[in-house]
Amino acid sequence: MHLSPDQVIFWRYGVFKLNATIAFTWALMLVLAAGSRLITRKLSTGSQRSRWQDVLEIVVTAIGKQIEEVGLSQPRKYIGFLGTLFVFVGAASICTVIPGYDPPTASLSTTTALALCVFVAVPFFGIEEQGVGNYLKSYAKPTPVMLPFNVISELSRTLALAVRLFGNMMSGAMIVAILLTITPLIFPIVMTVLGLLTGMVQAYIFGILAAVYIAAATRVRKPKSAQSVA
Amino acid sequence: MDNMTLIAMASIVIAGITTGFGTMGPALAEGRAVATALTSLAQQPDASATITRTLFVGLAMIESTAIYCFVVSMILIFANPFWNHVIAQTAGK
Repeated sequence: MHLSPDQVIFWRYGVFKLNATIAFTWALMLVLAAGSRLITRKLSTGSQRSRWQDVLEIVVTAIGKQIEEVGLSQPRKYIGFLGTLFVFVGAASICTVIPGYDPPTASLSTTTALALCVFVAVPFFGIEEQGVGNYLKSYAKPTPVMLPFNVISELSRTLALAVRLFGNMMSGAMIVAILLTITPLIFPIVMTVLGLLTGMVQAYIFGILAAVYIAAATRVRKPKSAQSVA
Repeated sequence: MDNMTLIAMASIVIAGITTGFGTMGPALAEGRAVATALTSLAQQPDASATITRTLFVGLAMIESTAIYCFVVSMILIFANPFWNHVIAQTAGK
């Protein structure tokens, strides 16, 4: 039994190792990128549309609506980042129905990378929206006493994002592996179905939390009307 | 009892206790959260989208404390640094 797909090594040359995390991440990236490219190659606005275009439209519109509900008024601006996060994490957990596949998000390296992307994106969008000075000032709100706590919360929520996704995905695979040794007949399948559900919920959570953090950083403060969302 | 047995015993026992006690609080908290959300849903079905979204985000936050405990016990069982240290020392002798 292995703790993470980092330990499954397909190919090794000197110090270079090709483990399951890298292989499945690239496979997912290729499938997602090539799939989107293929679908969007011939888009049409008429009534004669391909079924795949409808699927993609549903996904994109749904993500955009969710982002808007969190409080970002221009979802098109953020859908490139937030939508990719959601689609990647979601696809990584949905693909667990394929035998022999390990979700790359069950490795702490992948989830840390994703969380670091959010960690970098939040000040990026915040500075873009408010300017450097105003963004940095938002760390000293409501009083300068809160400055260290705001910085700590910035770091700890990045850690929480990474460990939450890793723990959920890893525990799904681990529970199935443990159940296979105890009750190998039906229960592992039930837990796999549950794992698919929690995987999608975690993808949703990851996207929504990233959206909430970006919304908090980009909110231009108006006196006495700032309301926290979610 | 030598060091190896002590470390193995402590790791296994603490791993079980960590998950056992660590899931108690989040279980109670999630129960409370879901119960309150259901009450609000029954009172205001119109606000179901907002309530559900906030509930999911909150549940994930609560659940992550249980997940941290689970990760700690998994580390204690499968990737225990103290155990690896003792093994390395014994092999080095």
